[in-house]
Amino acid sequence: MSEGFEPRIVGFLCNWCTYAGADLAGTSRLQYPTNMRAIRVMCSGSVDPALVLQAFRDGADAVFIGGCHPGDCHYQSGNYKALKRTMMVRNLMKQLGIEEERFRLEWISAAEGAKFAQVVREYTERIRHLGPLNLAQPAARV
Amino acid sequence: MPDKLKFGFYWAASCGGCEVAVLDVNEKILDVVAKADIVLWPVAIDVKYDDVRAMPDRFMDVCFFNGSVRNSEQEEMAKLMRQKSNALVAFGSCAQYGGIPGLANLQGRKAILETAYRSEPSVENPAGTMPETRFRAKEGELTLPKFFDQVFPLDRVVDVDYYLPGCPPPVPLILGAVTAIFEGNLPPKGTVLAPAKTLCDECVRNVHVAKKMPDIKRTWEIQADMEKCFLEQGIICMGPATRAGCQTRCINGNHPCTGCMGPSPEVTDQGARMISALSGILRVDDEKNLSEQDVAALMNKIKDPAGTFYTYGLASATVNQRRRK
Repeated sequence: MSEGFEPRIVGFLCNWCTYAGADLAGTSRLQYPTNMRAIRVMCSGSVDPALVLQAFRDGADAVFIGGCHPGDCHYQSGNYKALKRTMMVRNLMKQLGIEEERFRLEWISAAEGAKFAQVVREYTERIRHLGPLNLAQPAARV
Repeated sequence: MPDKLKFGFYWAASCGGCEVAVLDVNEKILDVVAKADIVLWPVAIDVKYDDVRAMPDRFMDVCFFNGSVRNSEQEEMAKLMRQKSNALVAFGSCAQYGGIPGLANLQGRKAILETAYRSEPSVENPAGTMPETRFRAKEGELTLPKFFDQVFPLDRVVDVDYYLPGCPPPVPLILGAVTAIFEGNLPPKGTVLAPAKTLCDECVRNVHVAKKMPDIKRTWEIQADMEKCFLEQGIICMGPATRAGCQTRCINGNHPCTGCMGPSPEVTDQGARMISALSGILRVDDEKNLSEQDVAALMNKIKDPAGTFYTYGLASATVNQRRRK
């Protein structure tokens, strides 16, 4: 683990629940680390696995998806797809030598500002402990 | 009578199947050699590397290069073929995406050589000798190519003019490409010489637009129905993420598609696209009743995601190799 390592976490947050929850954390003046770069998506189920892998390739140390609780998806069943995708991608990551916990899916509602802050705080520390991903992709060309 | 064109074929890290595919055109080979001379074809003709080096630049009208690049000889030959040909065609999945040899990227040079020369149970190598690039024998110095740490598709080494996908490329696509060459009718540089649709589009089993996949089954677990879509039987078929053009030859043999034609045009990462597609159709009828453990257990039925979703395309995937510590 390097000295002063600041994890870079990409967070795909669903518009209706987690992004709103993050907003609530902000208006409530809850403090949490700035390591997560938030990207608003309309639904956790719209996060393409290719984007998750691209985040790792392009330097993210961890990827986070925040979605609505099961049963509460604005589009009925998008979050169920997100869960399935997350599980499959984590299994792929194992084979690629990337720790599964670098990809996390969490259900955070619009009312759960405190939970959002807590999750970001805790996940940032966890990734700090794991260390940088260093997915050195040698030689794009020979 | 116009001059005959000059064709060359070269093979790098490959299995030889692409050479057989050329012969699979059967009697049509006579039409081909009526219009083109084959000036290089290591599997069939005794032309030496020095003969190729002596060719003027762009001497070959078209060089069909199959196999991926995973050692220094293949790198050198890729660059030589580029220099000596007017048009360089990446022939087959290996040249285009890395192919099955690309799965070696899950290991790396050290692990591969260690296994092949030392730890494999059938190996007898008490001195633990490993291959070297140079060796001084009493007769003189012997050399071997350097084994790279990763496998490269052809276009990561040199500029490629056209791509002919497939493992191996299907005969109709080969003939289509050759005809286009003879008629001076090739599409813009960089084109994949295959249809711009997915396999599902040309598959007779594709009856239901809204697919539902009830479970995940290995191909040996059930006797697959010969008329029903594989996905609807629980068998992973790469059709939704794979380019059409093969006339569903595997499906016709009652085997699911394994993705050899590479991704369909708008898809950058075939494996990721397939993961996404499967997640959209698996257990959709009762997904709201599945706990996280249920979902994990379901996904764990895929024992080898990299080998299943990136069988031919790992070397060109978004994350194209196992992380090096």
